[in-house]
Amino acid sequence: MPKITFIEHNGTSHEVEGEAGMTVMEVARKNDIPGIEAECGGACSCATCHVYVDEGWLPKTGASEEMEEDMLDFAFDVRANSRLSCQIKVTDELDGLVVHTPEKQF
Amino acid sequence: MSNSPIETDVVIIGAGPCGLFAVFELGLLDIRCHLIDILDRPGGQCAELYPEKPIYDIPAYPIISGQELTDALMEQIKPFDPQFHFNQRVDEIEKLEDGRFHLKTDDNQEFICKNVVIAAGGGSFTPKRPPLPGIEEYENGSVHYSVRRMSDFEGKDLLIVGGGDSALDWTLNLTPIANSVTLVHRRDKFRAATDSVNKMLALREEGKINFHLGQMTEIHGENGEMTGVTIKGSEEEVLVKCNRLLPFFGLTMKLGPVANWGLNLHENLISVDTEKFETSAEGIFAIGDINHYPGKLKLILSGFHEAALMAQKVNAYINPDKKVVFQYTTSSSSLQKKLGVK
Repeated sequence: MPKITFIEHNGTSHEVEGEAGMTVMEVARKNDIPGIEAECGGACSCATCHVYVDEGWLPKTGASEEMEEDMLDFAFDVRANSRLSCQIKVTDELDGLVVHTPEKQF
Repeated sequence: MSNSPIETDVVIIGAGPCGLFAVFELGLLDIRCHLIDILDRPGGQCAELYPEKPIYDIPAYPIISGQELTDALMEQIKPFDPQFHFNQRVDEIEKLEDGRFHLKTDDNQEFICKNVVIAAGGGSFTPKRPPLPGIEEYENGSVHYSVRRMSDFEGKDLLIVGGGDSALDWTLNLTPIANSVTLVHRRDKFRAATDSVNKMLALREEGKINFHLGQMTEIHGENGEMTGVTIKGSEEEVLVKCNRLLPFFGLTMKLGPVANWGLNLHENLISVDTEKFETSAEGIFAIGDINHYPGKLKLILSGFHEAALMAQKVNAYINPDKKVVFQYTTSSSSLQKKLGVK
């Protein structure tokens, strides 16, 4: 099973197991990772599952699509490696993925 | 805006799927409803968060979108002539001496009703507050999340943040009366209607507005009076001088005034029993995502069930002497008459 590491803003790191087919947001929620709110439940409608993908993993996670980019307008401190974790599907390719959660979702 | 109280059987707070279906269940019992919602249309989260998204767990619908579900419910409750009051939030509920309830909205509309049904989902949709340190201090005058009166912005130096219709519409509408307008957006692409984007670009071209690509990082000012905001672009930071800020970052759900109504809560949800879905206050009910009881599932179908049981108890309150005969819509001629079946 692909492992995913979530690193909180304060540096606390959580390594958890995901399942291919789930989204990174779902993996976070299932493991009670702090800092992922997912208010809309994964409909790409709220921007409260915002994460920063660790630079080295960007080529594998790919870029955000237009709807996700639109929704990122509602996030805060958006950077080049910003993604909504509900839009990243876990695959075996992503085994070892590292994402950082922002200081706060809003 | 009318200030004379509206008298009715039941006021339903929230016009999402559960609030709408409550109209149906109450309607079959000849109970009439007014609905109040903070949004400008029915559907609640179905309309605001996922109108186009498919829902797969509505009984008998293998797939239905949030908007289709809303439209179908509106069609289903039409025979009961529900009265809607949009763009309003209920701020106060008070029990009157005669046992009825008095409600007041933030638009000063008052209601007097026999029972209240809270079907407020995740709470009221409220504008998102950017997490800038100290922003609360400026909310009494400098920072606005909506435009209630355009005159508040006359002759002011405005900073408008966002790339959607609200940000662009207000950029276009306030530029003629403001002293200066600066628009800030994090990217060079706008979600707003193409026509508005073109008009905004024309203003920018003519030098009538300033535009910065970037994001807010700090608010400056003293004694609640804003003097400027730091905008961080990809390379540099600029300090934009302004005394009015309009940030448009969409909506979020907040429990809001519900927390002040004296109802027993369980972690921001309203505790109810599972027979009548009544709250700790006799005569006030809570159905759908906003309630809590052991085993609660936040599903639309659970809210529909709760609406049906709630309606029975409301009927017992409103028509205490009426003998209750349980009937099916399939076979009851009286129910079919109410539904307008010919």
